[in-house]
Amino acid sequence: MSLVVRDITKAWGGFRALDGVSFEMESSGLLGIIGPNGAGKSTLFSVVSGFIAADAGSVALDGTPLDRLGPAARARAGMIRTFQVPREFHHLTVRENLMAAAPGQSGEGLLGLFLRPGRVRAEEDAIRAEADATIDFLRLARVADTPAGRLSGGQKKLVELGRALMAKPRLILLDEPFAGVNPVLIEEIMARIRDLNGRGIGFLVIEHDLDALSRLVPRLVVMDRGRVLATGTPQAVLADAAVREAYLGGAPA
Amino acid sequence: MEAYIVAIAIVGAIYVLLTLGLTLQYGLTGLVNFGHVGFFAIGAYASAIVSMQGVPLVASFAFAALLAALAAWPIGLVALRLRDDYFAVVTLGFGETVRLAITSEKWLTNGVQGIPGIPRTFAGLGVGLPGALATLAAITLVCVAAALALRRITRSPFGRVIEAIRDNEEALKALGKDPARFKIQVLALGAALAGIAGAFYAHYITYLSPDQFIPLVTFYVWMAMIMGGVGRVSGAVVGALLLMLFLEGTRFLRDIAPDAISGVAMASLRFGAVGLALILFTLFRPQGLVGDYTRR
Repeated sequence: MSLVVRDITKAWGGFRALDGVSFEMESSGLLGIIGPNGAGKSTLFSVVSGFIAADAGSVALDGTPLDRLGPAARARAGMIRTFQVPREFHHLTVRENLMAAAPGQSGEGLLGLFLRPGRVRAEEDAIRAEADATIDFLRLARVADTPAGRLSGGQKKLVELGRALMAKPRLILLDEPFAGVNPVLIEEIMARIRDLNGRGIGFLVIEHDLDALSRLVPRLVVMDRGRVLATGTPQAVLADAAVREAYLGGAPA
Repeated sequence: MEAYIVAIAIVGAIYVLLTLGLTLQYGLTGLVNFGHVGFFAIGAYASAIVSMQGVPLVASFAFAALLAALAAWPIGLVALRLRDDYFAVVTLGFGETVRLAITSEKWLTNGVQGIPGIPRTFAGLGVGLPGALATLAAITLVCVAAALALRRITRSPFGRVIEAIRDNEEALKALGKDPARFKIQVLALGAALAGIAGAFYAHYITYLSPDQFIPLVTFYVWMAMIMGGVGRVSGAVVGALLLMLFLEGTRFLRDIAPDAISGVAMASLRFGAVGLALILFTLFRPQGLVGDYTRR
């Protein structure tokens, strides 16, 4: 069971943002993607999650090709992404943010809403309980009733993670979960990710913070200028001369 | 005087229905509908035309709601792929297209001559106060039902999703939900409310012509929503009633100083007063009278 990304190419005009990117991961695994600014990491994420159509190449999750599916359908296939700049539902409370993400709610249909109020109420109770459990797990209980727009950047990232969890994915794509987050909260988020990974949820993580990412994931993909430069354990790829040239500007470690 | 107050109340209630529809579309879902008057017009003409063929009013009202909702369907399909600002332009164009279609399709609408002699609601009670009061009771009942339904929606999973669309549509897609399905339903439902408002208008005024359906009507509804409080059911009701107060209240300025202001100047002054009120609201109370969705 795995996420297989094959020969993804995407050009903006003459600029090749992605140039034949391939990688593979266990869908319950933990893989990091690093690279300098403009390496194509976020574009790759958008292609994999279906927000941008690739010019060529393919994406498959657990044997199912996703190439013809839009972002919502890919999410329903079991792969949920977060965003580099958090996209919380800012006027909804943290709890409402999480509840909105629960799949298959009969109260989301107008007929169900007005014709089967009892069933909708029972479902709401179950979803609220689940959201509250997730909020406790992410240590967001103090802000559960706060509009998400008022939270700090780090808390918003946790809300996005919480929403992703409510959608019951097999694989979560995290776009820079540590960017702009204070060090204490970074450890917190890392602990949650390890915990969830232990329960069988896979994570594909884009990150700038090389140090934090090296401590989190057993395997890294290094990208530069739209290509995969190296793949391997953090120690192995960081020792790679080409990686040091691109990512660290050739500086001695 | 009683007749005058009842008349204002009926028109006010028509604006309440229109504002509730826009509150659902813009206030809750973030759809910038600048063509609300188009759905209002479709409802008015639909009910007027079929009722004059002998269809009972209950059925003609239902037909008005249905036709307005159906008209929203293609708009939704086209507009769902557009960004907010383009959607606004498309809907503005839709409203004007409806008015021009009414003007030119004389075989159906009698063009600029208009349709006179539309059957009155509760015609059995005569043209006087009893009939008007019964009409007022009926439209008030419909307003209450619509407000309650909207309230139910705002506190439901459906309401949560449409507010999520307003806040961040892309994030909702990333969670596996299709905003399109919800937007079309919201457009159709808001249009149906405007259609029913149109039917009440047609059977109360008993005469329809294209110049009653200018874009200004849409913007009156926007003003009502903004003055009351965007995204709040109570705001829609309060705002629509406040709008009537402004539109009708300015008439009485003439009674105070009859010689100072001519009739023509008075009409312009009304627009000026409403515009000034809107500016003052956005400056000093942008959340509207009852508060908007940003501060619950």
